[in-house]
Amino acid sequence: MENFTPLSALIGGTFIGLGALLLMAALGRIAGISGIASQAIFQKQDRSWRLAFVAGLLLGPLLVALVISDFSFSTPELGPRTLIAGLLVGLGTAWGSGCTSGHGVCGIGRFSPRSITATLIFMAAGVLVASLF
Amino acid sequence: MQIIIAFIAGLLMSIGIAVSMMIDPAKVLGFLNLSGNWDPSLALVMAAALAVYSVGFRLVRGRSAPLMAEKFQLPSASKIDKPILIGAAVFGLGWGLVGYCPGPAISALSAGNTGTIGFVIAMIAGWYIARKLPLAKVAPKKSTDCYS
Repeated sequence: MENFTPLSALIGGTFIGLGALLLMAALGRIAGISGIASQAIFQKQDRSWRLAFVAGLLLGPLLVALVISDFSFSTPELGPRTLIAGLLVGLGTAWGSGCTSGHGVCGIGRFSPRSITATLIFMAAGVLVASLF
Repeated sequence: MQIIIAFIAGLLMSIGIAVSMMIDPAKVLGFLNLSGNWDPSLALVMAAALAVYSVGFRLVRGRSAPLMAEKFQLPSASKIDKPILIGAAVFGLGWGLVGYCPGPAISALSAGNTGTIGFVIAMIAGWYIARKLPLAKVAPKKSTDCYS
């Protein structure tokens, strides 16, 4: 467990919770990133706030890089594995109406049985694939 | 004003994704992969986010309306049906393959890496296909669903 980073995990998680809470408190909306981003692209209605949310997402890490000088992260290689993964994540989050943020944070946070079930399933599938392949 | 708040909400969330290093798919795989050197960090990210959101949500829901909109728009779907079971499983498969879920993948776009860009394009293609081929008999109005 030498990779365990409890402090940055707790601070980061707090930011994620605060961002999601702000969207609910001010706009009355669930902060599901898959839904907001896909509807920003494919749905004309209520597009402007969704585009603004995605713009915020894009900018956050640049801001972090300004504050934390040695901030860097790995990225996947472009190849069949990455493209298949992206396709599955797109299909799955659209069919399943949400991802880690929508179900895992907002859904569980308001004790939705549907979101708790979804989170258990995608966690289990993720663990299975990551552990075996 | 709604636009500014939405921007700040997205900004806060991706700052969180970056600070917690969930933006790094290797970090996420370190949590999902139980066979190697297991890294429990992601569990704490979820725990902290949930602690803030679940308490905050209860306080917020005590109000009759959100601060800058007419009403709360909560998911109307509550049934645990076929689309959510299949969808969650398919999402999990993709998540475990590379270690990206939508938030971190979009947040990492600014690094300009071709793998991240390819993943996001494939994900958008997946969203498009799923809109054309919904699993439910009646195509759900997306705005009523969990991720509106």
